[in-house]
Amino acid sequence: MPEALATIAPVAGLGMITIRANLSRAGDAIAEASGLPIPEATRITTDGSRSLGWMSPDELLLLLPAAETAEALTALTNALAGEHALVADVSDLRAVFDVTGPKVQQVLQKLSPTDFAAFPKDGLRRTRAAQVAVAFWRQGKGFRVIGMRSTGDYLRLILENATIPGSDLEPR
Amino acid sequence: MTQNRPFRLPKGGRLIDRAYQLPFRFDGRHLRGLQGDTLASALLANGQMMMGRSFKYHRPRGPVASGAEEPNALFGLGQGGRFEPNQRGTTTVLETGMVLRSQNCWPSLDADLGEINNWLSPFFPAGFYYKTFIHPRPFWKHVFEPIIRRSAGLGRAPTDPDPDRYEQAYDFADVVVVGGGIAGLTAALAAAKGRTRVLVLEQSGHWGGRTPVDHKGGQAQIDALLDELRAKKNVTLRRNTMATGLYDHGYLLAREALADHDPNLGIPRQRLWRIRAGQVITATGALERPLSFACNDVPGVMLASAVRDFIVDFGVAPGQRIVVVTNNDDAYRTALTALDAGLEVSAVIDARPEADGELVQVVRARNIPVLTGTAIAKVKGSRQVEGVAICDQSGDGTITGGIDCDVVAMSGGWSPVVHLYSHCGGKLIWDEAQAMFRPDPNRPPLGADGQGNVTATGAAKGDLTCAGDLERPEGATMPVWVMPAQAPYKLRSKMWLDFQNDVKVSDVELAAREGYASVEHTKRYTTLGMATDQGKVSNINGLAVLSGALNQPIPATGTTTFRPPYTPLTLATIAAEARGDAFQPLRKTPMHTWHNLNGAHWEPVGHWRRPYCYLHAGEDAHTAVAREVLAVRNGVGTLDASTLGKIIVKGPDAGRFLDMLYTGMMSTLPVGKCRYGLMCNENGFLSDDGVVARLSDDTWLCHTTTGGADRIHGHMEDWLQCEWWDWQVYTANVTEQYAQIAVAGPKARELLQRLPGTIDLSPEALPFMTWAEGELAGIPARIYRISFSGELSFEIAVPAGRGLELWEALHHAGRDLGIVPYGTEAMHIMRAEKGFIMIGDETDGTVIPQDLGLNWAISKKKPDYIGKRAQARSHMTDGNRWRLVGLESLDGRMIPDGAYAVDQGLNANGQRVVQGRVTSTYHSPTLGRPIAMGLIRHGPERMGQVLDFPTPAGETIRARIVDPVFYDKDGGRLNA
Amino acid sequence: MLTLTCPYCGITAEETELQPGGEAHLKRVGPDGSDDEFEAYIFARANPRGVHFERWRHAYGCGKWFLAARDTATLQVFGTYKAQTPAPTDDIIAAIQAARPDWTPAP
Repeated sequence: MPEALATIAPVAGLGMITIRANLSRAGDAIAEASGLPIPEATRITTDGSRSLGWMSPDELLLLLPAAETAEALTALTNALAGEHALVADVSDLRAVFDVTGPKVQQVLQKLSPTDFAAFPKDGLRRTRAAQVAVAFWRQGKGFRVIGMRSTGDYLRLILENATIPGSDLEPR
Repeated sequence: MTQNRPFRLPKGGRLIDRAYQLPFRFDGRHLRGLQGDTLASALLANGQMMMGRSFKYHRPRGPVASGAEEPNALFGLGQGGRFEPNQRGTTTVLETGMVLRSQNCWPSLDADLGEINNWLSPFFPAGFYYKTFIHPRPFWKHVFEPIIRRSAGLGRAPTDPDPDRYEQAYDFADVVVVGGGIAGLTAALAAAKGRTRVLVLEQSGHWGGRTPVDHKGGQAQIDALLDELRAKKNVTLRRNTMATGLYDHGYLLAREALADHDPNLGIPRQRLWRIRAGQVITATGALERPLSFACNDVPGVMLASAVRDFIVDFGVAPGQRIVVVTNNDDAYRTALTALDAGLEVSAVIDARPEADGELVQVVRARNIPVLTGTAIAKVKGSRQVEGVAICDQSGDGTITGGIDCDVVAMSGGWSPVVHLYSHCGGKLIWDEAQAMFRPDPNRPPLGADGQGNVTATGAAKGDLTCAGDLERPEGATMPVWVMPAQAPYKLRSKMWLDFQNDVKVSDVELAAREGYASVEHTKRYTTLGMATDQGKVSNINGLAVLSGALNQPIPATGTTTFRPPYTPLTLATIAAEARGDAFQPLRKTPMHTWHNLNGAHWEPVGHWRRPYCYLHAGEDAHTAVAREVLAVRNGVGTLDASTLGKIIVKGPDAGRFLDMLYTGMMSTLPVGKCRYGLMCNENGFLSDDGVVARLSDDTWLCHTTTGGADRIHGHMEDWLQCEWWDWQVYTANVTEQYAQIAVAGPKARELLQRLPGTIDLSPEALPFMTWAEGELAGIPARIYRISFSGELSFEIAVPAGRGLELWEALHHAGRDLGIVPYGTEAMHIMRAEKGFIMIGDETDGTVIPQDLGLNWAISKKKPDYIGKRAQARSHMTDGNRWRLVGLESLDGRMIPDGAYAVDQGLNANGQRVVQGRVTSTYHSPTLGRPIAMGLIRHGPERMGQVLDFPTPAGETIRARIVDPVFYDKDGGRLNA
Repeated sequence: MLTLTCPYCGITAEETELQPGGEAHLKRVGPDGSDDEFEAYIFARANPRGVHFERWRHAYGCGKWFLAARDTATLQVFGTYKAQTPAPTDDIIAAIQAARPDWTPAP
């Protein structure tokens, strides 16, 4: 009996902060306040607990344990006080899933026009999963997928549909 | 047909396993095939040559081909939700218990009443329907069309939902090779150097293409290639995967059949691959062409290659006595294959004046008569070939002899499969020597870099001998488009080009005579090539006949356009995961489940679902809405307003930016205050509205309409990135970060004050159009004193994850106040009672704020805003524009939504002149009568006048122009 | 289906990840513009067969607008560049002229 390609698990207790700023000017301040190096374009840096993802040339997303959110918000706001920047708590904005299992990449390959052979180890890809916007990166042995909160049920459904046992993409 | 001789040969059949017999049903009869059979080979093995009937004349039809090009052997396959019409018997692999139905026949394949069309066929030439059913005109709609519709359409459409799953997957490859024959495998091996990612797609379940059939050592060659390719990590070999189409920039779609054979596996039945290819190599082979001789459609007349495929692949003898008719050497292989299988070959009829290629010599050496310069004058038999009458190929069909046979194996030469090459702009050239169109290597399809990204190889390139035994050079092919060359009309009208649609040589010639000089027009006039095989069998012969009729060379006629899919693709595969609950991403607010549990009657608003109203037991929607309106007007209610867009705009230039974005002045809005704003596009038309709150010195929060958030956020980013990129402004779309609850009604404050909180809600501390921040019910909250209902109203934003908690706290605390949840319809009614506009009701993309009496929300001081210049255009300042007023029907009937107010006279089209229309119309529970708003010419200057609104039912409702504010004109309630 | 490389994040995105935005390098006409100037700004589009400059947004990616120079007939992409560019860059013009020697930029 074949097993599911992957397991889909919702992730709770995650804090998220969006940071918009001139990264070349304010990068050091953000790095210091967030405790993480600034990621290169389309990458994500992490220390195991916190992660800092590159969303756009002037936008980062800090992911951290929910309990640390308020403190990090204050730290970032203070660090960027003299800077033209926007720091906002977006912890409730998204639906987050961890996709783990033997064929996790194939699950995403069914939904996203992403070339995984060209996807770096520390890559963060913003793209489309079927009909909704998502971002994903490697997390542990699998992938972490974030989408919008309102379409979280849809995202979970299409992820789960893509894991049907026996539906792997290997040539047969 | 002689049933006592076995159709399954005692030996051979490289694709079948004689150890496994598979029972199946054909038109109710219980038959058996072998594992590995196709439907067609299994039926042939049971002596069933006639497999269906043609579409127009209902003539008996047997298989012509053995592959994807088959036009005749089509079946209704399966039962219930898994029933599918038009399944090709030559490519569908037989499975135990399959249920097949023949098509185009009633009551049965043998006794078909539609066959009368065949006897009447002289009266049904091309264009018959166009010419006949046009007069008298009214008959078309009421008599002809209903009758023709009943008989139109090939196969029956399934009626039940498809129970199977389908999916898609994306893939990327440097080189995609389409076709797993010897040419494709060889090309794949050549391409697989270094780390080049190579993907090989083969439409069938078997590798090797024609080579194992046409070449004695072929299978070993293929196996060796496969071994080498399988050893390479950078090569992927995918069987049962049909490349359906090639599109811009190397985008290739392919369908992989996963569980067609066994729906009970539980896996997706088919998968659509969306492949991005650096280079595509088409190794798609070639298709054999029929010959056009009289009665070439009688069951038993087959392509020569199909005859040997059935013998070699399935160990099936299509018949016992075979006549081969050809214009080339390749068909002699069929004679040899048949002889080797112990079948009788009565003769080879070769249209060429001379034939002495090596294959010909081998056949002659086996004492088979080879009749050169000879043609088939006519096939004898109606439901099965009984023999052929022969004649000189150069003559007019005068019969010179006859040969008994039960199968005619014909070959008119081969055409490379150029579909993929042509889908995306690749051009073809006419190869005079081989009588075929082949890809022009100098005009390939182009990729994103402007360089060719498709190359053809093997037979698909025109190298027709690549699959065969290269030791045996072949003689030249002689083009033969009509057999015999001087055939009179009587014969030409029995020469089939398109077997499924019954298009004959005479039909194409008729089209040419009637002026259809373009091949595309001829196709549509005659339906040539419009069958399910899309002309794979018929097109080249058809356009050669057309060229002959037009007396022009074949390349001057050209081909019809090759369009995807290569073979039919079921719509379910294209839809893939997008069905059922995953059809569309449904957007749900944090309180969605609560609404569901409390009787929500849903309304789609964009992708959002919002409660239209909440139904109590026994209530209809109308009653529920009225109850909700009155409950809010007299007590308190809550509306889930989470769907409203919320965009943070921050930066030193944010005020200046918002002044450009909104018609009103936002830079002067004091911190802590709210202001209603209108957004227009550069055309001046109103595109969105909402309340703006100033959060701090450099930060504003802009509310948009439901469904407007992404659009408006994109609009902001567009202007910031592309026009005012030196302005220091950042935006963030935080719509889904917050749950937003409108608490409205005279008891709203009393309710909120019952919840523990840190925010002073008194009218003095939090007057209308202000906001405050703090805690409410233990939840961090921002409260906006804004009102869309016209009542005392607070909109409370809390983190989305705590929205349900606040919602429930409100309902718990407000039980004795008669609190109700209210839906969008109650909201709509209450805003209409107040004369508030709604984007999408009062606006339709052609309405400017000035039309709606919203001049008060347009700054006169600002030098510029988006839409300002457009609103100064003469049409926009025209006093005759329709403008917003209220409408009050005289007799208490509701004016229908969208009804027009008519004026005197008729316009140029003879229609009543109109002077306005209804934009919103409701029954007002508050006022106990209907209310409406509309846009009326000179409306605000015509208070008290009465207008006529004709209804679709032919009645006229008369209504008086009134002020659009029907309720609480002085705003005492919302200011409370 | 087109692919375009976003000049901001370097991702080669397919058309389904992008949002089209029409002709590039339009000059906004504000309240001071004449009727004719405004009409040209709002409605008159080049729509050429051949070399064309377009606006695209990496909507399902980094969200940035960028510009693309491509041939509307052959779909050859000569290059993509940032939106904060009032006119085609020298690099882009050189890339176009390498493929279309007869082409010259509009004045």
